Amino acid sequence: MELSALLLQVLNGLDKGSAYALIALGLTLIFGTLGVVNFAHGALFMIGAFCSVTLQRLLSTSVITLDETKLDFLGNPAKISTPYVNTWFGPDIGNAIIDWSVPLAILFAIPIMLLIGFVMERGLIKHFYKRPHADQILVTFGLAIVLQEAVKYFFGANQIPAPAPDMFVGSFDFGVYIGMNPGKLMYPYWRIVYFLFALVIILAVFSFLQFTTFGMVVRAGMADRETVGLLGINIDKRFTIMFGIAAAVAGLAGVMYTPINPPSYTMGMDFLVISFVVVVVGGMGSLPGAVLAGFLLGILESFASIRQVIDVLPGINNLVIYLAAIMILLARPRGLLGRKGVMEN
Amino acid sequence: MFGLSRGDLLLWLFVLLLVLAAPILLNPFPESSALAQFNGGYPDLMQRFLIFGIFAIGFNILFGLTGYLSFGHAAFLGAGSYAAVWMLKLLTINVIPAIIVSTLVAGILSLIIGYISLRRSGIYFSILTLAFAQMSFAAAASVGFVTQFTGGETGLQTALNDPRILDTASTTGNIPAPSLFGLEMRDSFQWSVGDWLWTFNAGYYVCGFVMMVAFYIAIRITRSPFGMMLKAVKSNNERLSYTGINPKPYTLAAFVISGMYAGLAGGLMVAMDPLAGVERMQWTASGEVVLMTILGGVGTLIGPIFGAGLIKYFENIFSKINESLLHQWFAFLPDGVEDFFVAVIYPFVGKGWHLTLGLSFMLVVIFLPGGMVGGLTSLYRRIFKKSKQAN
Repeated sequence: MELSALLLQVLNGLDKGSAYALIALGLTLIFGTLGVVNFAHGALFMIGAFCSVTLQRLLSTSVITLDETKLDFLGNPAKISTPYVNTWFGPDIGNAIIDWSVPLAILFAIPIMLLIGFVMERGLIKHFYKRPHADQILVTFGLAIVLQEAVKYFFGANQIPAPAPDMFVGSFDFGVYIGMNPGKLMYPYWRIVYFLFALVIILAVFSFLQFTTFGMVVRAGMADRETVGLLGINIDKRFTIMFGIAAAVAGLAGVMYTPINPPSYTMGMDFLVISFVVVVVGGMGSLPGAVLAGFLLGILESFASIRQVIDVLPGINNLVIYLAAIMILLARPRGLLGRKGVMEN
Repeated sequence: MFGLSRGDLLLWLFVLLLVLAAPILLNPFPESSALAQFNGGYPDLMQRFLIFGIFAIGFNILFGLTGYLSFGHAAFLGAGSYAAVWMLKLLTINVIPAIIVSTLVAGILSLIIGYISLRRSGIYFSILTLAFAQMSFAAAASVGFVTQFTGGETGLQTALNDPRILDTASTTGNIPAPSLFGLEMRDSFQWSVGDWLWTFNAGYYVCGFVMMVAFYIAIRITRSPFGMMLKAVKSNNERLSYTGINPKPYTLAAFVISGMYAGLAGGLMVAMDPLAGVERMQWTASGEVVLMTILGGVGTLIGPIFGAGLIKYFENIFSKINESLLHQWFAFLPDGVEDFFVAVIYPFVGKGWHLTLGLSFMLVVIFLPGGMVGGLTSLYRRIFKKSKQAN
């Protein structure tokens, strides 16, 4: 097999891996701080994706005017719809705003996701700290169904396309830069953007935890909640904020994922199952583990999708993540980077 | 009697009575009335009550007694279905071998999955079972070697030219329907009294018989020393192992038993309607049995059956309610109020039935950890106690 094909699979794995890593990061954050297994995390990812759909729809809200000079095919005056943004900012800026609706949705989604996170934690999950893990799984599973069905009610069951800005349509020719023939190693621009975006978010979360006082307190709380509380720090409040941040991370992962795969209401559940596997493989409660496992499993999945592999073992691409997870869990129960003693049983 | 205490026997007889009379009880509305579409007494739906009842009873043996939450029981349901279709294809159109073999196949699969998954507990166990079930689903849907046995995405069904080595071969006429020694599962006896029409279906009563046996076994398991051991696993696994008992064989046995129940349910599904699709293995099917068990009452004997019936019934009824029907119902109100009520209710019925399901599931988990049956029992106790005090 050629080098270019191998490299291409690595690249292909990166974008899915980024999504896995971001969702798993949020899941681990919630588990590490609050000790709650959040089955609704996939739904948060999905809500993020629908934030960008919503923003796109809001931005393209139009006034319809009748143009008497042109006729449509029925002979009636042609209807011309002008988005409000065009009338406010002029056609150039207006069209650019609509074109950039997906990246703009990041700004739109952050407050919404933070709010959803706070409401979820204060309104529901707070009451489940003292209850068994099974109950937490069940109630968040119920919540996931509710969120999913609510989105289905408002947006329908079909996939809704939310394209990337025109600037990022098309593919980038990596091969040329490392001395290969043109066209050998093409990779869509948006996926590069997504990967870089994921890296930025991951770095932001890590540096927030590592280099701020707030983050230090949160890390201390993760290690020993009780003692931090005894020191007179309101750790619950900080953990609530961390829950909001975890929700925002999942939401942003969803926002930027829409151009790669048009969102539908089931996407949350699809990603959730794999994200759990990612968290467990990375090590429950280990943030670097979640990120590492996310990218590794993403790349592993894309390697299993190579034609030569599929020819030998048809369908292996759908299995390989679960196989890897089962093997890792049996060989190394605490996961790749898990701390000793955390949820080992 | 039959090794049951008086209370359990009464409970069993009560369920038996319900099962026997269901074709009548579930058809309360006369045929010509507008409400007839909400009658639940047609064979297909009643069979599903019982089949999912079996599935939920089995799930409850694992989750209700040991506290191990499996998100992978759909794999056993699917495996049982596939095994049953193959029996109908290869051996005979009689349903008995199909049902037995589907139970055994699911048992073997659950032994393998359970042996590995039970090395972990808590959420690791949930995720491991989920991963195994998703793996089985992906394998059944697309892995070349496996799709030879499962038919891949298209699924599996009986055909006219199947070998059926125990039957006299027929290559003409219709595809034979699954039967019990010549009694076809789809045979029905219809009895109309006045404006009511009651359908007594052969397949339904076969399911009913199997479910009553399954329910009896579940009661015996729950009351046995083995059942006590499983409850001990739930209440304090650590302390149990300090007493020198290795809990793993017990939990594994519970896992295999509940897997066999799931396989039995899968086999019965095929016996009623001889086809098996890969969607039966999807994790949403695992989620459904979790919903049923929790809604009805986890850890109670009758709860899972109750939950299964409730979900399947309302799934059918709610999905039939559409906007115009709602308008019809609220027509007595002034127009604006009518529209308001319809607008409020509409998202929760029809296609939005899952929203209602999710909400009620959440409410039960939050406020009624014992499910509907647990809630009713405590309500009953409270009233009973109060009246006693009053005396």
